[in-house]
Amino acid sequence: MPTFDYAPAPESRAVVQLQPAYGLFIGGEFVDGSGEAFTTVNPATEEPLAEVAEATTADVDRAVKAARAAYRGVWGRMSGADRGKYLFRIARILQERSREFAVLETLDNGKPIKESRDVDVPLAAAHFFYHAGWADKLEYAGLSGARDGARPRPIGVVGQVIPWNFPMLMLAWKVAPALACGNTVVLKPAETTPLTALLFAQVCQQADLPPGVVNIVTGAGGTGQAIVEHPGVDKIAFTGSTEVGKLIARGIAGTRKRATLELGGKAANIVFEDAAIDQAVEGIVNGIFFNQGHVCCAGSRLLVQESIHDDLVRRLKRRLAQVRVGDPMDKNTDLGAINSSVQLARVQEMAGVGEAEGAQRWAPECALPSRGFWFPPTLFTGVSQSHRIAQEEIFGPVLSVLTFRTPAEAVAKANNTPYGLSAGVWTEKGSRILWMADQLRAGVVWANTFNQFDPTSPFGGFKESGYGREGGRHGLEAYVRPDGSAA
Amino acid sequence: MSAQHVDVDATRRARDLLGVSRLTNLALTRWTHGLPGVDQVGLEARAGALGTRSIKAASKAWAIDTAISMIDLTTLEGADTAGKVRGLATRALNPDPSDPSTPSPAAVCVYGDMVATARETLGDSAIRVAAVATAFPSGRASMPVKLLDTRDALAAGADEIDMVIDRGAFLAGRYLEVFDQVRAVKDACTRADGSRARLKVIMETGELVTHDNVRRASWLCMLAGADFIKTSTGKISPAATLPVTLVMLEAVRDWRELTGEMVGVKPAGGIRTTKDAVTFLVAVHEVAGPDWLDNHWFRFGASSLLGDLILQRQRIRIGAYSGPDYVAEDAPSIY
Amino acid sequence: MSPRVEVRKTYKLFIGGAFPRSESGRSYAVHAAAGAFLANAALGSRKDARNAVVAARAAFPRWSGATAYNRGQVLYRVAEVMEGRAEQLVAEVAAGEGLTAARAKAVVDAAIDRWVWYAGWPDKLAQVLGGVNPVAGPFFDISVPEPTGVVAVLAPQDSSLLGLVSVLAPVIVSGNTAVVVASEARPLSAITLAECLATSDVPGGVVNIVTGRTAEIAPWLASHRDINAIDLAGAAGSPGVSWAELERAAADNLKRVLRPAGQGADASEPDWLTAPGVERMTAFLETKTVWHPKGR
Repeated sequence: MPTFDYAPAPESRAVVQLQPAYGLFIGGEFVDGSGEAFTTVNPATEEPLAEVAEATTADVDRAVKAARAAYRGVWGRMSGADRGKYLFRIARILQERSREFAVLETLDNGKPIKESRDVDVPLAAAHFFYHAGWADKLEYAGLSGARDGARPRPIGVVGQVIPWNFPMLMLAWKVAPALACGNTVVLKPAETTPLTALLFAQVCQQADLPPGVVNIVTGAGGTGQAIVEHPGVDKIAFTGSTEVGKLIARGIAGTRKRATLELGGKAANIVFEDAAIDQAVEGIVNGIFFNQGHVCCAGSRLLVQESIHDDLVRRLKRRLAQVRVGDPMDKNTDLGAINSSVQLARVQEMAGVGEAEGAQRWAPECALPSRGFWFPPTLFTGVSQSHRIAQEEIFGPVLSVLTFRTPAEAVAKANNTPYGLSAGVWTEKGSRILWMADQLRAGVVWANTFNQFDPTSPFGGFKESGYGREGGRHGLEAYVRPDGSAA
Repeated sequence: MSAQHVDVDATRRARDLLGVSRLTNLALTRWTHGLPGVDQVGLEARAGALGTRSIKAASKAWAIDTAISMIDLTTLEGADTAGKVRGLATRALNPDPSDPSTPSPAAVCVYGDMVATARETLGDSAIRVAAVATAFPSGRASMPVKLLDTRDALAAGADEIDMVIDRGAFLAGRYLEVFDQVRAVKDACTRADGSRARLKVIMETGELVTHDNVRRASWLCMLAGADFIKTSTGKISPAATLPVTLVMLEAVRDWRELTGEMVGVKPAGGIRTTKDAVTFLVAVHEVAGPDWLDNHWFRFGASSLLGDLILQRQRIRIGAYSGPDYVAEDAPSIY
Repeated sequence: MSPRVEVRKTYKLFIGGAFPRSESGRSYAVHAAAGAFLANAALGSRKDARNAVVAARAAFPRWSGATAYNRGQVLYRVAEVMEGRAEQLVAEVAAGEGLTAARAKAVVDAAIDRWVWYAGWPDKLAQVLGGVNPVAGPFFDISVPEPTGVVAVLAPQDSSLLGLVSVLAPVIVSGNTAVVVASEARPLSAITLAECLATSDVPGGVVNIVTGRTAEIAPWLASHRDINAIDLAGAAGSPGVSWAELERAAADNLKRVLRPAGQGADASEPDWLTAPGVERMTAFLETKTVWHPKGR
């Protein structure tokens, strides 16, 4: 019998010039942080990549002041057309330096190079390109605060805190609309994935973006808290856990600070017996194993119509045996490293919980690298709504399989969660898709597809998955004054 | 022909699989229409993802040789002459004069009247002669003509028959007619001595248009006894696209699960580069499985592909890019 | 002939389409702005509020699932009934808010007109706020506004009718259901509005009105996990109510919070005569985006 083991096809990392240490990006320059520097590691190898400065409350204060000065002095009064031109520049530079960003993202995050290359970085550039065009057309966006064709007004200084799962893409989701609307930003990347944000700071310099328009402060939760609590910050945009989202909502209660929160999810991916089964299998795999399942909208609960359960699970297992786990820099890798030892421990714990609860655990045979943080693509069958693995967000490559009998039961189970970020529906029956889409309490419904993203398409959740939308015309709402008042 | 020469009575098996006492058009319609639908966008996304596989080094060398060995080196022109067919067959015997270790293609594929010429040139080599038959490429002829066409090619020494289905009948929903024709041609593929030519059934997917049709036609042809399901005549564009081939690979995979039998797949037309060929092999590997990575179960119907595979093979051997002047070509364009 | 003995009205709660007394059996005296006793109103409890939430949740699927045209018709019917009850509403507003009859009439007219304005919105929202997104791929991608669910509304304390209409109508036009805490000192017109709702075609439970102490009831609503959003307008001028605390409590299940008007930590009641925009509707809408491939 022939064999067709793909030889290693590693992407070269020569395109990335890592510095031994990185400072904070404040007022257009890299400056030292006052806190204790921390190390960011490659989760696929545990190799230290760089020392990164930790921003203290005083550093955050400096960043906010720089952002305020830039807002008052330059950005808030610049014409939309000119703001747009800066954003177009940034979009182009991201395209030109795309390989560098992709490689750096994969090194720091552990995601497969094919995803950072084909998804994260191109989408990030697309977000800047899309929002660049909005900058001088906001009066046409039909935003709440701008009646009678008045030009919507920016909010001021925006504090943005982003997660480690899509470091560069989340930066783009946050920074592009904020800048397009005339705000200035203080952004904190996640402590395990700060490097592409710091490379983005260099892009800002290369684009001659006025100093202080974008400020990037690195650090952990304390730094994020300093941003949230800073009285000079007019608005918070946060993507991360529901737990932290609630802390932020509490923290800004009673103030006039506004917030948009993109939080957790426990999406149902619902497969009916008449689904296009081969594409459904692909959609299930993409839904939960894309980006190692480190996706807030991941289709982590598979709801299968009971009549096709066995067949679908068999097909799914056969497909998962084809998933290539390993070196994220290999162009053929489908599933990369878990982002951190902390997250790996969480995934391992929840998988243990699933077994203890009596669900059947399955994973294909795959050799995992000896160093780094790894978890195989894992399937739990025999899962009930009452199982913790069906209720709690695992944020890893772990799929729970449940069954249903009728559309109404599928809807009831899908909605039976405090979350409401996304859902998937697979059926070849058009009217059922539209009925399901109506019934599902989720901000994004993917019908016969999953995990699609686009700058023009609003993204965000119902219920405890947060509030506000990112992307599209709707996403602009979060960055203009709702009452149209002057800043 | 006597029943003892037929391994499987296709009609009886079809009745068993469909659970009917009499095979009717209605029964076949219900069965084919009961197959899961195919979502075009999802299918194309999967094909695109397979296309991003990066095949390097030893895997690539293996893939190139395997791809060469899977080619049905084809000439199907009205202008074909004995000279051209001899040249093609000679090239099949010796695809790269500068490197005798180069594998030979699986077969030479010609019109029925050229079978004897090809057979003669190929002598007792392992390279098979495939003949297109059944009023190729349109299939617009009566059944007796199609059967005679088949027997004629067989008598001239064809090892394999590439038939076309009646796309008109399929699109009009006359599935039983398509089934009966494939079954009858399959019967005609048995020689007097009881040996059999393998039957490739061309669905002409470019004329079926939708992937749902391709899936239904694939199952219908397998049900009727096809040894291979084949995309195209090469006369219609689009021909062998990767998404269409994926649907067919899924079909043979699922058919094997249902019946235990393997059916071959032959994309034909439009596959011209090594990169394309390797991507198809990746699809075979990841969708149907490694059992199909053999020229008994997978073929490329192609004419110009061999040249590019040879170029890439030379590139690996000499460590520098080669050029067309270093690849022997027996069938250049006459225009 | 002796003067006719007037039949006085009992002001009760409005929950699930019915008019129960408070489960607590309590009531409180409502006085005119000038000081005279007007009536006893039910002093709603946290359990009344809880029952109101149950009713609102139960009403949500049908109300949100009704066609937009139907919601518009039903809401317009409310305005018709209000028009017929205008005299009573004017009397209540005049007494409760201490306005002249003419001024009170202007306010009631404005309230009815406001209701009519909102009644025209249900079948416009999706077109104004939704749309097709031109994504870079073979997908049909559409965004539509959807109601957020059960919304708690602290009605304005001063403007007992126009203010109430201005905060309630935008909540329910889109399909939300509401639990309203009426103006504490001026609850009577709210109950009369409830009677208008009950005698129009608004399904029971779509609007539930609890009268009583805002400071007593609001915290239970703010922390209630089966409420999706809260409008804090009535925190302004409400004794013992801290909107900051309510917002903090609302964070527990990430309710959408519409803060009271005002600067900084202060809260004030806006001029409800000012024409509204869509903001009070969008505050209680979710954008749902649906993707589907386009293929043959």
